[in-house]
Amino acid sequence: MKWRDPLLLIVVLLLLWQALYFFAGDIALSSPLATMRRLAQMLGDPRFVPHVLETLSAFLQAFVLAVLLGLAIGIALGAHRLTGEVAEPILVALYSIPKVTLYPIILLIFGIGMPAKVAFGTIQGVVPVALFTMNAIRNVNPVFNRTARVQNLSSIAWVRDVLVPATLPEIVTGIRVGFSLALIGTLLGEMFGAQRGLGFLLMQAMSLHNMPNIMAVTLLLVLFAAIVNTALLGIDRRLRRRSGAA
Amino acid sequence: MLPLEGQRSGDSRKRGGPFMTRVAVLRLSVIAAGFALLELLCRTGIIPAFTFPPPSSIVVSALNILASGRYASDMQVTLGNVAASIASAMIVGIVVAIVVHALPAVRRVLEPLFGTYYAIPMFAFYPLLIVLFGLGNLPQVAIGFLLGVMAVVINTLNGLDRVPHVFDKVAHVLRLDPTAAAWRIRLPYASPYVFTGFKLAVAYSFVGVIGAEFITSSKGVGYQIAFAYNNFDNNTMYALIALVLTIVIAVNMMLHAWERRLLARRQR
Amino acid sequence: MTGAEGGDAHVVLSAITRVYEGRPLDLALARGEFFAVVGPSGCGKSTLLDVIAGLARPTSGTVVFEGARVEGRVPDGVGVVFQEDASFPWLTVHDNIAFGLKYTSVAADEALARVDYAIAFMGLTDFRTAYPAQLSGGMRQRVCIARTLVQKPRLILLDEPFGALDQQTRLLMGDELLRLWRETGATVFLITHALDEAAMLSDRIGVMSARPGRFLEIMETHWPRTRDSTIVGNDDFGRLTSRLWTQLRGESIRALGHAGAVGVNQ
Repeated sequence: MKWRDPLLLIVVLLLLWQALYFFAGDIALSSPLATMRRLAQMLGDPRFVPHVLETLSAFLQAFVLAVLLGLAIGIALGAHRLTGEVAEPILVALYSIPKVTLYPIILLIFGIGMPAKVAFGTIQGVVPVALFTMNAIRNVNPVFNRTARVQNLSSIAWVRDVLVPATLPEIVTGIRVGFSLALIGTLLGEMFGAQRGLGFLLMQAMSLHNMPNIMAVTLLLVLFAAIVNTALLGIDRRLRRRSGAA
Repeated sequence: MLPLEGQRSGDSRKRGGPFMTRVAVLRLSVIAAGFALLELLCRTGIIPAFTFPPPSSIVVSALNILASGRYASDMQVTLGNVAASIASAMIVGIVVAIVVHALPAVRRVLEPLFGTYYAIPMFAFYPLLIVLFGLGNLPQVAIGFLLGVMAVVINTLNGLDRVPHVFDKVAHVLRLDPTAAAWRIRLPYASPYVFTGFKLAVAYSFVGVIGAEFITSSKGVGYQIAFAYNNFDNNTMYALIALVLTIVIAVNMMLHAWERRLLARRQR
Repeated sequence: MTGAEGGDAHVVLSAITRVYEGRPLDLALARGEFFAVVGPSGCGKSTLLDVIAGLARPTSGTVVFEGARVEGRVPDGVGVVFQEDASFPWLTVHDNIAFGLKYTSVAADEALARVDYAIAFMGLTDFRTAYPAQLSGGMRQRVCIARTLVQKPRLILLDEPFGALDQQTRLLMGDELLRLWRETGATVFLITHALDEAAMLSDRIGVMSARPGRFLEIMETHWPRTRDSTIVGNDDFGRLTSRLWTQLRGESIRALGHAGAVGVNQ
């Protein structure tokens, strides 16, 4: 029963895709089945796999860096009230500007290659992790801290038994958003300036007007993002249900 | 890209008074100090001028560009596309939200899509859109629309969920038909949430349109930045980046101020 | 003003049941009378009001208002005021009240005149450009009453309209309500859990039993039409309130005990 609605959604989306294909034809689109076949074929191609690994490696490095940096910034800003209040609007402003405009600067600093790709992903992913972490720490119910003081908890016990459980759901949400943005950031970087990776392949296929390849790579990315996000969303919801914040 | 629902804790606002200005003054000083440090690092050559020119010279070239009107048409194209993408995201988003809100079964099926939508790297569809729509304005508007529309849908739904039941009764008592009840009562009630969606749609539209222009296009500010980068014209590149970011930040701040004014009426 | 089955019945309820309410319920309201319903919480008072208003359908039975059956929609000439704050937070006091006429065929100048009258009548003149958030709970409820008033309702249904207000404000709002009732000549049907409110305001009081709700007794107050809140000092008022409480005490205990038992079982 739990899977009925998501399955229905997938079926509906596939049907829409198929209908669009009938409507637009071979030149504009490739059908769901043909796209999946092409994807399977590409995944078996030794020339394709290194591109996947390149993107995956860049993304994972960016993601880990974004989470670590974001946690550090978020904890620092969350721990000190005034610093947090000074920094919050700056963080929010950073969050809503099109960071893609900064890509040329990154390329000037790092040159084309892996470090630039990691930087692309990191600058996109770090802000949500920092923002959510800061808010999680700032919004810990003061009664919890007073209770901890009444019970004479040691600092270690306070962090372990109060701070971490109280802030974890919010931080996981930040990590989930950071995951999506780091992936988008890495991919955008590869589309803008790279000689390897899935973003590069997409651009190459576009200039060659190779629709089946465009759609196969897009499908791969969408599947990857959707599956990991669903898993993270599951963790997110379980933590929130446990802490009673629906 | 912003969190879907307003994450702000709001304490800095509630406190008001002198503390508020102290924080604002501190914030401005921090920003000014940052620029001063950057200027110093650039002037002393610790940061090579080729990588990053001093902020003051960026400002000068940005003002020159503005005065010369050299990129005015590109600005117009970009802002026009952003406006088109915001408008379409708002209209479609609100209508979809009202319809989906009225059909709980449809909503249940769509729920997983709401949670996954922003995980999908939307720019991956850009090549597809270019092949479909050609190299005009449409692919950029479409990317901005795709990024923005779901924020409007999700936030409008969230607002509609919070309309107290008594307002439905009032709509019946005043003999409003379902459409009038939706537009005249439920939507206005949900408007603070719709506004959150609007703010996100604005931010996402800028991200989408400029990002798309960056990747591939033949006009627009994003295109000109990429063009300047490819031609090692750093002065122009940095000036345009500064202009774009200034515009976006100014727009966001205006929206923020507008939102506060609207909310002030509704909060005690 | 005994109303009942008399010739000038304004509203007639015949054999009304809702799934969870036991025995069929009959009631006739005379044109221009003030009828209050008291009863323990959860006895279905509000549902009864929804049924009369056409906001809910009865499982069986009929409601007839001015000779026509009430079915699925609120008839013209019926105004409802709810316990919850139903003022629109995005509109000024004036626009909130004018909203009541937006979807009617009332001409613009006539509508404006009625809004001005309602604003003055409810003592909101100084607040016409204020937003509800700037007003107290009692003032917001006045806005909702004024929004109903502009429609010139011939039947006003009030669902615990002062339930969220403090005692002093309630008494004063009660006076306002009496003034409004006299002025408009409308039939008023008031749901309340406050016995003194029912005793002070009404011509007749229907005392409802714990679920399944039905009328244990319908008391007549014999108050003059020109009454106001000063009658709370009257001996008859004390006797009436204590009689109401005697009737309701057992029912309230039953309702409470029922709720308590449910609480223990969970």
